Amino acid sequence: MERRKFGKKLFTLVISTTVFGGLLKKANAQTKDYDPSKHYYGMGIQTNKCIGCGRCVEACKDENNVPREPFFFRTWVERYTIKKDGEVTVQNVDSRITTQRENIFEKEILRSFFVPKLCNQCDNPPCVQVCPVGATFKTEDGIIIVDEERCIGCRYCIQACPYGARYIHPEKQTADKCTFCYHRITKELLPACVEVCPSQARIFGDLRSGASPLGRFKRLFKLHVLKPFLNTEPKVSYSDLDGEVR
Amino acid sequence: MIQPLHQTLYELLKQVTGFIYPNEIEVHWGILVVVYPYLTGLVAGAFILASLVKVFNVKEVQSVYRLSLLTALAFLIIAPLPLLLHLGHPERSFEIFLNPNFTSAMAMFGFVYAWYLMVVLLLEIWFTYRKDIILWSKNERFLMRWIHKIISLFSTDVSEKSVVFDKKMVKAITIIGIPSAFLLHGYVGFIFGSIKANPWWSSVLMPIVFLFSAIVSGIALVILIYMIVTPSRGQKIDMACLDKMASFLFYAVIIDFSLELLDFIHRLYESEESIKILSDLVMNKLFISLGIIQVLLGMLLPLGVMVAIKLFRFDAELRKLLYFVSAILIQLGIFATRWNVVVGGQMFSKSFRGLTAYKMELTGFEGIFMALLLLVLPFIVLAILVKILPPWEPAPVSDLEAVSD
Repeated sequence: MERRKFGKKLFTLVISTTVFGGLLKKANAQTKDYDPSKHYYGMGIQTNKCIGCGRCVEACKDENNVPREPFFFRTWVERYTIKKDGEVTVQNVDSRITTQRENIFEKEILRSFFVPKLCNQCDNPPCVQVCPVGATFKTEDGIIIVDEERCIGCRYCIQACPYGARYIHPEKQTADKCTFCYHRITKELLPACVEVCPSQARIFGDLRSGASPLGRFKRLFKLHVLKPFLNTEPKVSYSDLDGEVR
Repeated sequence: MIQPLHQTLYELLKQVTGFIYPNEIEVHWGILVVVYPYLTGLVAGAFILASLVKVFNVKEVQSVYRLSLLTALAFLIIAPLPLLLHLGHPERSFEIFLNPNFTSAMAMFGFVYAWYLMVVLLLEIWFTYRKDIILWSKNERFLMRWIHKIISLFSTDVSEKSVVFDKKMVKAITIIGIPSAFLLHGYVGFIFGSIKANPWWSSVLMPIVFLFSAIVSGIALVILIYMIVTPSRGQKIDMACLDKMASFLFYAVIIDFSLELLDFIHRLYESEESIKILSDLVMNKLFISLGIIQVLLGMLLPLGVMVAIKLFRFDAELRKLLYFVSAILIQLGIFATRWNVVVGGQMFSKSFRGLTAYKMELTGFEGIFMALLLLVLPFIVLAILVKILPPWEPAPVSDLEAVSD
């Protein structure tokens, strides 16, 4: 009995080590072979699928060392409640920073939904335009990244971002924002928020590939982006986006 | 460092109304970024006043020409300090000069500043003072003699030909200088006016409004300095000069007021998506600083006083008092203008659904004391400059010892 149990455990260990080691090796190899010119990333958000659990926010904070306090977010989720009289209440699902705390009775509600937000990785990014030292830039594969070794902390990019997607990292004193988990996607892993989403409301992928979940998303739904009139050309698109969402 | 920020933000959270994006609780540009455009505005305004004398040959204001130039220089030397102190990494600030991003209005700072300081102000002052410095250094003691010799770059030529050349150069530099002063402050306005994400800032009028408010504040400042310094030197205030300066001030205030009124009416009439939140902003957050201080005390009241001076024949003493009070009110008003632009533009959420709050610290880099220090520093620099380069005209050599004592 003991021997059998030991044998079983040993078997599990060997298999898991081999698989895990293999994966790790593969991941490293892919970083080395990674060719940014072959990719152009984007994200689709199927608004109706979001259940407002906030796991994406938690996963993002863990994955990217975002400060725990509720004033610094690379991604967050908004809850919209539209009453029958047309009044709109918006709250953050992080209850620590909910400012509109009124109780809305079910009978009064016309419709209600969640909207995940993150950096739109604009194709025409105002933050990159205004950075005085070029510390924030667009990579070949379309991601907007901040070089924290170069950022002088002037906060101009934060003023220029129409979506509130940037913050100053309180310890580094440099601008910080969503990178689509660049350290993961270059290893063919999904961004942390996409990986943990229980309802698959977030779809990540290459904007140029047709045969992919993102390609399918783009074929199946009518899409919209946030604040299109500002001509920032977001690469995050939303399906079923309500007109009240800004 | 991190602990106090949280506490402040948690406190501010209680004052937030409506919905704001979660990263918007922190107001990123505080009092130091208010001080910065205020100081550069004074530079541009003082310089433009000086230029009016040279270009349009306004005889009455000749006696404050040099004082205006030195004022512009003193404020220009201090102007970048608040920006530097407000950076998260001031030690990397040189990157703006070495690695400028040419699409960034802020990166152009290095060039505009260097151009204005080196090419315009320093050159104009040098050519203006060159002959005097050489003459002064001849009968001075060791220290001042060497200071003046170094400042004159060891030039010794006081021949008529060289003086004529000096005058020509001053005229040429002034002609380049006026557009440069426009550029200096226009570009500060552009930094705000070009941010399409922010409807409070995003306006094509912003650089022009900044420019005229700069001229207003600069002239008012020179009036104040002139009215304080002249009696303290035991001299009489030249009323012709003062009246003329006040007259310039009057017209500048009218243009400034018209532009701001136009901006206001235009926004109200177009009534875009942001109009509701901007109305909330003005009525709740900016009522005192905009309605009372900027418009009522800083603009309409001085304007009324100056109209009264033009209409009725007040005697010199009363005019002096009224000019002095008006100039102080105008300074207050223009500082409030900068505040309303910089801080006001961050008091509402870009979701247009809520208002946030700003709490000014007393101490620390972003505190009131630091702001006051930065507002006092230019005057200290000016006092030193006046000691080295006495701006009183005419400056005959015989008067020199009395002045330097």
